[in-house]
Amino acid sequence: MTITVNGKPTGLTAGTTLAALVSSTVEGHRYVAVAHNGAVAPRGTWPDVTLADGDTVEILVPVAGG
Amino acid sequence: MTSTTTRPDPLTIAGESFESRLILGTGGAPSLDVVERTIVASGTNLVTVALRRVEASLGGALVGVLDRCGVRLLPNTAGCMTAREAVLTAQLAREAFGTSWIKLEVIGDEHTLLPDPVDLVEAAERLVADGFTVLPYTNDDPITARRLADAGCAAVMPLGSPIGSGLGIRNPHNIELIRAAVAVPVILDAGIGTASDAALAMELGCDGVLLASAVTRARDPERMALAMRHAVTAGRLAAGAGRIPRRWHAKASTQADGMPHL
Repeated sequence: MTITVNGKPTGLTAGTTLAALVSSTVEGHRYVAVAHNGAVAPRGTWPDVTLADGDTVEILVPVAGG
Repeated sequence: MTSTTTRPDPLTIAGESFESRLILGTGGAPSLDVVERTIVASGTNLVTVALRRVEASLGGALVGVLDRCGVRLLPNTAGCMTAREAVLTAQLAREAFGTSWIKLEVIGDEHTLLPDPVDLVEAAERLVADGFTVLPYTNDDPITARRLADAGCAAVMPLGSPIGSGLGIRNPHNIELIRAAVAVPVILDAGIGTASDAALAMELGCDGVLLASAVTRARDPERMALAMRHAVTAGRLAAGAGRIPRRWHAKASTQADGMPHL
């Protein structure tokens, strides 16, 4: 299946959870926020969310800013 | 009686007190080393951060620096152009940082980076209703500031001039009107170019100053951070001390009595 991660089409095996995707993407980051299909995905829900073909995910971390 | 020079004079926002009245943005710094040195020199307790896609970050190093400095993080909604986008970004920041404090920015266009007051007030109302402590970046307009305060914002943060412009405070009278119009803290946010601008903000009655570019893009950021620290303190003291009235003509400071005939 193909989902869009931070704007890029990404191939993932069926059944991949949000938790698995996030942990493979944000190594070294303590503060992480995730939007799944345009809504906030609270951290506690990540293991229970199974991604589906066509989903969009935004994975965000802190950067310097004014 | 406590001496004026040692009496604590914290900035209190939503019941939380900060020893420093200077809030520092980290955007525009050439390196994390500069971020760290400017934070230390500025004496700030509160530092803004943004959220971006993980590919665009420098790893987790920024958070390490901020931890080491012992400052509290104030997430922002930088770059958001609609109320919907800003509310969602604030909710994501609450998830990421575990704080309900948010510097709310809703920008009207990319050339001026001026706030869009209509979407700003809408976003503020929604975030206050959702339990956020909202610190909105706003225009130097007393009416918008009053609407934001009425919406339940914990402070209002009017601009002095456009973000990153270094043009200082273009409408000092409006800043004074904002100070008179709301009961919550007023933080001058954006447009500061140099130390005298920060001092003026405090002399106009502001409770604090938030700045980034003036320090991070200065030739010597660490030295400018120290200058801003002193400027905010000096402006605050001057505001409390009460300046002399402006006069049309000179007024001698030395008495005329006893002047000899020579």
